[in-house]
Amino acid sequence: MKLASPHNARHPVGGLALLCWWLGGMLLLMMAILLGVIIGETPLPLDTVAAVFANNLWNASYPVERIDAGIIWNYRLPRTLVAAACGAGLALSGVVLQALIRNALADPYLLGVSAGASTGAVAVTILGVGGGALGISSGAFIGAILAFSLVAALARAAGGGSAQLVLAGIAGSQLFNALTSFFVAKSANAEQARGIMFWLLGNLSGVRWPDVSLAVPAAIFGLVVCLWYIRAMDAFAFGARSAAALGVHVRRVQLVLIGAVTLMTATMVSLVGSIGFVGLVIPHVVRMLTGPRHAQLVPVAALAGAVFLIAADIASRLLIPGQVVAIGVVTALVGAPGFAVILIRNRRRS
Amino acid sequence: MKVSLQGLSWSARQRIIVDDVTLEIASGETFGLVGANGSGKSTLLRLIAGLMPRARGEVQLNGTPMSRLSRREVAQNLALVEQHADTDEALTARDAAELGRTPWLSALRPFGPADSAIVDQALEMVGMSHMADAAWDTLSGGERQRIHIARALAQQPGVLLLDEPTNHLDIHHQLSLLQLVRSLPVTVILALHDLNQAMECDRLGVMQGGRLIACGPPQEVLDPALLAQSFRVGARVLTDSHDSARLFRFHCIED
Repeated sequence: MKLASPHNARHPVGGLALLCWWLGGMLLLMMAILLGVIIGETPLPLDTVAAVFANNLWNASYPVERIDAGIIWNYRLPRTLVAAACGAGLALSGVVLQALIRNALADPYLLGVSAGASTGAVAVTILGVGGGALGISSGAFIGAILAFSLVAALARAAGGGSAQLVLAGIAGSQLFNALTSFFVAKSANAEQARGIMFWLLGNLSGVRWPDVSLAVPAAIFGLVVCLWYIRAMDAFAFGARSAAALGVHVRRVQLVLIGAVTLMTATMVSLVGSIGFVGLVIPHVVRMLTGPRHAQLVPVAALAGAVFLIAADIASRLLIPGQVVAIGVVTALVGAPGFAVILIRNRRRS
Repeated sequence: MKVSLQGLSWSARQRIIVDDVTLEIASGETFGLVGANGSGKSTLLRLIAGLMPRARGEVQLNGTPMSRLSRREVAQNLALVEQHADTDEALTARDAAELGRTPWLSALRPFGPADSAIVDQALEMVGMSHMADAAWDTLSGGERQRIHIARALAQQPGVLLLDEPTNHLDIHHQLSLLQLVRSLPVTVILALHDLNQAMECDRLGVMQGGRLIACGPPQEVLDPALLAQSFRVGARVLTDSHDSARLFRFHCIED
């Protein structure tokens, strides 16, 4: 099945068809968000949810139990929106890194960006780096940039290929994860340590509205940047020098796109911890549906990432009754076998 | 489009790869670069395309220094087909050829019917229209090479740079490609290994150790003394009685 064949480019998708695809995508996203709000330990009926939405969005005054209203509006909705933004952001990060680095394994998790963001966030919260002037998100951003710069420098010193970058990423991840553990062991009390370890595996429990106002703009910003550079990412198919020969300002594109990836990853990690496999698996799955052209790959991957993480969040609430499983555990449980299938399929193809 | 090279040089780790090449290539000329392996042909082509960091010297396109053009403007004027450009992406042949439109497109100026027609024509010119939908990884080396050339043609450049374009091609496609290249109304600079093919160029430049040691019409440049010096082969010139074209027959000479 092909969602939109590459030949749409030859017969450019009419404005109307394009609009239909976007509307369909938005509808799917809305439905996923709605399910994310309805399903949970205490399932809430659709009419209650509708009443709460109407009360909050249009100042209606339908009678709703206060506790239900609180669960829906202050707890589940922000949590679901942040899950959607994180899923989209991580999937886009994977698309960008795989395009620029030309390695199927590239994603923020494997390249050490997530680990660096975690270290930065932990340094700010536990060690008090920045003396209160730095927020957790800024700490995560600085950590992510440091980690990626270090990984890129190491890869360059090792010869500069994409395999070297992935290997350097593995070394970088290990280093920054070790630093995080070291900071936690050195300075955190037992309760902080438990909280941080839970957060590191990916945790949406504490998410509230202020987090939405960070996560959603970061994801939308990332999506816009990616859409702006779809042609440039296509041009990297035959390597960076080939892209340059096609008129792509390689340095600038790399800087802007990797900057956007770092920003998205850092924002998401600072809010919900580092969630693996979304950035790795979603782009591969979507490529099977849309083909490798970024005009289709970018929006569909963002949508698929959002829907996938909402589903993973729902699963994390339902898997063990009375207990929330870390969402990173759910994504890994689904993602690892998924990735194995992709590896085997790709081998068959070649 | 006229191409002028002034003192082009490039070195890596204290080793000089291209050494002070100065050259004028007229608009519409087909200029061949010959030389032994490692003589600097590929690097010179990349230098002309403006793709090498820390290059010394200057390239001018129609009198305009290339350093004053943006990457995009350069790619609108000049297309490069390198050896061994490959991808793991599941592209079709047509997808790869469409990349040639990249310098003419932007987020606000998407791929349109006019671009599609240009790509169709480019595929037609290299005889690959019938394989447009084939997956990249099912194409043979020669078919990939022809798609790369279609991609370069889709850039609609004034200057076409080809690095050993007849590699991987069977004899029929070698000849038809060279015929196509000569018939194009653009300036072509191509690196060639086959000296008999090189005889068909308007002018030849001979590279040795990064320097351009001879330049001029093929008949004047390629004489047995120079072939012995830069290629370490002996050559006898034969004349085809059919059209009195000159051909080389090579034999090894002892070092």
